[in-house]
Amino acid sequence: MAAPAVTPELEAAAERAESRRGFLLAVPGWVYLIIFFAIPLAIVLVFSFASRSATGQTLLEDWNLESYQRLASSLVVEVVFRSLWLAAASTVICLLLGYPFAYYIATRGPTMRNVLLVLVLIPFWSNFLVRTYAWRVLLGSEGPMSQLSQLLGLGETRVLFTTTAVLVGLVYGYLPFMVLPLYAAIERIDWSLVEAGRDLYASGWDAFRRITWPLSRPGVIAGSVLVFVPALGAYVTPEILGGARTTLLGSFVVSQFLAARNWPFGSALSVAILAVMLGATMVYFRTGGRTL
Amino acid sequence: MREGTRPSGVVQRLLGVQAWLVFLFLYAPIIVLIVYSFNDNRNVGVWTRPSLRWYEAMLQDDNVIRSLRNSLVVALVSTIISTVLGTAAGLALERYRFRGRRAYDGLLYLPIIIPDVTMAVMLLLFFSQAFAIINGSLGTRLNLGLTSISLAHIAFNISFVAVVVRARLAQMDSHLEEAASDLYATRWAAFRRVTLPLIMPGVAGGALLALTISLDDVVVTSFVTGPGSTTLPVYVFGLVRRGVSPLINAVSTVMLVASMILVGVSLGFQRRTRPAAVVVQE
Amino acid sequence: MAEAAVELDGVIKRFGEVVAVEELHLSIADGEFFSLLGPSGCGKTTTLRMIAGLEFPTEGSIRVHGFDMGLRPPNERPINTVFQSYALFPHMNVAANVAFGLEMRKVPKAEVKERVERTIDLVRLAGMEDRKPRQLSGGQQQRVALARALVNEPQVLLLDEPLGALDLKLREAMQLELKDLQERVGITFIYVTHDQEEALTMSNRIGVMNHGRLLQVGPPEEIYERPADRFVAGFIGETNFIDGKVVEEGRVSIADGLVVGAVTTSAPGTDVTLLLRPERVNLHRSADDIPAGQERLEGKVRRRLFYGDTLYYEVDLDAGPMVDARMENIGGVGRYESGDRVVISFAPDAADALES
Repeated sequence: MAAPAVTPELEAAAERAESRRGFLLAVPGWVYLIIFFAIPLAIVLVFSFASRSATGQTLLEDWNLESYQRLASSLVVEVVFRSLWLAAASTVICLLLGYPFAYYIATRGPTMRNVLLVLVLIPFWSNFLVRTYAWRVLLGSEGPMSQLSQLLGLGETRVLFTTTAVLVGLVYGYLPFMVLPLYAAIERIDWSLVEAGRDLYASGWDAFRRITWPLSRPGVIAGSVLVFVPALGAYVTPEILGGARTTLLGSFVVSQFLAARNWPFGSALSVAILAVMLGATMVYFRTGGRTL
Repeated sequence: MREGTRPSGVVQRLLGVQAWLVFLFLYAPIIVLIVYSFNDNRNVGVWTRPSLRWYEAMLQDDNVIRSLRNSLVVALVSTIISTVLGTAAGLALERYRFRGRRAYDGLLYLPIIIPDVTMAVMLLLFFSQAFAIINGSLGTRLNLGLTSISLAHIAFNISFVAVVVRARLAQMDSHLEEAASDLYATRWAAFRRVTLPLIMPGVAGGALLALTISLDDVVVTSFVTGPGSTTLPVYVFGLVRRGVSPLINAVSTVMLVASMILVGVSLGFQRRTRPAAVVVQE
Repeated sequence: MAEAAVELDGVIKRFGEVVAVEELHLSIADGEFFSLLGPSGCGKTTTLRMIAGLEFPTEGSIRVHGFDMGLRPPNERPINTVFQSYALFPHMNVAANVAFGLEMRKVPKAEVKERVERTIDLVRLAGMEDRKPRQLSGGQQQRVALARALVNEPQVLLLDEPLGALDLKLREAMQLELKDLQERVGITFIYVTHDQEEALTMSNRIGVMNHGRLLQVGPPEEIYERPADRFVAGFIGETNFIDGKVVEEGRVSIADGLVVGAVTTSAPGTDVTLLLRPERVNLHRSADDIPAGQERLEGKVRRRLFYGDTLYYEVDLDAGPMVDARMENIGGVGRYESGDRVVISFAPDAADALES
């Protein structure tokens, strides 16, 4: 007879050894993120309570809530509402364009589906900046669209540098984020359920409204979150396609760190945006969304 | 989709038309850009005749070459490191139970959710404080540059790699590792001979994702960049803000084609697994 | 006496508050085909995993050929497992899968090649060496899993419901093959299943488990004919349960004035339940057809179920209780319809009287 019988203590020790191995494996990434993510986050939080000297220096003293109070100012509120409205509009348009599109792809045969998916993925993975810049070229008053509309006798297009241009840019940039989760959700639908519905006298439209649409809702929610959240904090698109009149959150925050030199206020803004995003994402997870 | 559930002929045709219109919407700007990059005219909107002059100009532009080199260096370094750390994190979270697992899980998702701007701000403040402290106490003269950019890219890429690797691990039959152990494999041998080959597509996918994100990044990089360390997208962004120019078209076309090739390679590689897995990556 | 192949001594497994396996004492002989039988969640798979080393007992010891396994991980035990899902390595072909365990133990290449070939022949998969698992049928995959385990010549082979995914005909064929294989190779097999027919067909001995407890251990005939309790009787095959009271040794009263013969072990006056197998019950048109010495009771056929090789009758006795009877289908003779009046008969020692 060799080793002694197992006891609860020995069993617990074995489990601890196992979990130690897992811990060690996780440590490097953990440490990195603490240093380069958690600490920076904490610093921003601290700075949001700091004060600003007359020359724009940040003073780590005189802690106050001024920056947060400024969040309620009319300027900020105006920017926030504009950004919310734009993000919401982008989300709705992406949904309206994306749902039939995803439905079409999901209902093709397997080879066609793959080809179409690849065609969607190519622009999706291509450089974001470049794709947005392409609209700048396209929408310019001397660009191809303008030339086309002049040919049609409609005069030059003056879309560039307006909110509309930003909207187009946002929809264009984030459409794939809506299409892919929608596609995944629709593709997963058990079509025999729809067949059962037809068997029970449902018309095509009824079957869609009562069976297909509810079953695809997780995809709708996922896609909407994936469009709304980044659209809210967008910076590159408004900078390239928008004008000075249409300041959005992203640009507003950045300007606090460059032109306006008000780091505490910029920090407060960043914290506020992050809090809202976190809230939205938690709502998403609570309503049963699965990751990405 | 079976016969009894197809929408009616009219609806079908409308769907088809809508789909192709969307495809047109997706590709038109790209095609226009590529076409106009070969335009001889200095004025972007006016088409004169085809020429390669802007490509020549691009290749002779020192700024472009330098920023391209910077982009590649940063992308390579950050991809390698974030792939290693991200894979380890994915393995730890998916296969082990340990204290602080939930917290780690949450922390790992934050860089994915956080808006670019906030991340940029965070890292700028961090580096400026860190450098002030280090320079002050050690007398060094550290500054923002390629190192800070790389460190920043790694920070958000670890999470993306981890998510992809975890998805792949979840798909894998966990009994396989038990079977390997039952067949006398040590933990390391089981990892090397069974787990690693099977998650390799996931690791590669994660690496590719990290590479693409790093090459794409504008906001975070522009905040933590220093003199001489500009990356290509940041340089282009700067040019664009000053106005449209055909040189940018040429550079953009090159960037576009390069990223499209990268996508093609990645998809080709991934098609050996289920196509649905490709969709999982954002 | 030969030393036991596997011995479980006071093995308990707790997951937090839940007790999955309660104080198990079991001794499995060398070269035996032993089955652990029970419904889902009874603890049989947990027990198997503890023997394999994939889980550790909370208390107690597991000894293999006398050596206490303690907290040894699976790769340090002379035991191999055939998993329910086969767990074949999808990125390796059949030959590489089978060779895996040998390679891990650093067996010389030439020997690996020879043993792999021999084992693949043994499970009749010759010619499939280069195929990947996804190119094989379910039955073939199962054989690869078997070969992969057997090639290592383990002291004990564990099988976790390996035939579950196969269709009926294939399953029955594989049962015989496995039995045959085990007899030829001579290795101790510990087989986990919820299918009692499987256990009855293949095993030298069966251990019946429920709710983490081992209820009865013994050869198939014993488990079947002398079940230790109600659960075992109900789980294995069909049983009639008839309540009654012991009148005297060998006689039990099941209704007013109605006394039948049974095997009793309790004192007169005890409340008991009679366990009577349907195949021990016969139907007759009249009492005259019944040989002397048999118990006889009158009743009416409520329903008849046709199983092809047997006929199953549900009979309402005039005295009250309902009794099921199973008769062989020997054509025309003895076919009863629903509503027919019949007399059932059974031997006086066919029923077991268990205390209620």
